[in-house]
Amino acid sequence: MRDRYPACSINWLVVDRRAAMSSPARGETEAIHVLAVDDSSVDRAVIAGLLRSSKYRVTAVDSGKKALELLGMQEPNVNMIITDYWMPEMTGYELLKRVKESSKLREIPVVIMSSENVPNRINRCLEEGAEDFLLKPVRPSDVSRLSSWIR
Amino acid sequence: MEIGNLQRRYLDFASTLFHEGFLDNQFTQLQQLQDESSPEFVLEVVTLFFEDSEKLLDELSRTLNQQAVDFKKVDAHVHQLKGSSASIGAQRVKNVCVAFRNCCEEMNQEGCLRCLRQVRNEYFLVKNKLETLFALEQQIVAAGGSVPMMW
Repeated sequence: MRDRYPACSINWLVVDRRAAMSSPARGETEAIHVLAVDDSSVDRAVIAGLLRSSKYRVTAVDSGKKALELLGMQEPNVNMIITDYWMPEMTGYELLKRVKESSKLREIPVVIMSSENVPNRINRCLEEGAEDFLLKPVRPSDVSRLSSWIR
Repeated sequence: MEIGNLQRRYLDFASTLFHEGFLDNQFTQLQQLQDESSPEFVLEVVTLFFEDSEKLLDELSRTLNQQAVDFKKVDAHVHQLKGSSASIGAQRVKNVCVAFRNCCEEMNQEGCLRCLRQVRNEYFLVKNKLETLFALEQQIVAAGGSVPMMW
């Protein structure tokens, strides 16, 4: 980079570092911000890795409660929520409902993930306003579908 | 040992892991996500899997050795183990978890204890295999070579 754009090198480094502080994305400052919600540390790491490799900026939390806290901030700047279905205390479905009931949050697309293929569950989520339902384990091809839901 | 030999040894070992069903395609997907911006991605995710699984195995042992077994709790733990093993591609562990959940549904304590022994065996087997795999990778890198891709 430095060799090709010597005049811009300093600006580029500052911009890169800022992006790195929020999450190690590949240098995109205006990257789409995805909030990933999953109580499993393994699944959180996997979904974050999948999303980051597709150049999304990722914030990963382990509960619906934490997700709502983050979303309740002044400028959450979240472009999409991807949440696991089965979580203790608040399921992904309950989180979806809270998001869709909120005038501030309802425009944010929500995608549900689950390790179980239960048609009733899938339909209920889609009816409640989820954009998509992904079966775990999530793969790169699933992540490439997500771009169609980003507004 | 010469780099070429180390690389061949690595590839041979890795392919037996797939042929013997220890690992499935999900593991390959994770390897493909590893790059310069996340050079330790697979190791990080697998380490989380080790930590999570060992906690779950201990919990399962505790719960199943009670006088009055709480099968719902057992099932919840097995569900979690099944999910995380599927997420990293630990196929044999995941398969035992499927059988384990059936025993939970039948509220069969003996059956569950048998499954616990099996899943524990499979877990420690795959843990050993993965640690060997990572050690082989480190040997290649230490010798100045690069880890060959398996796909």
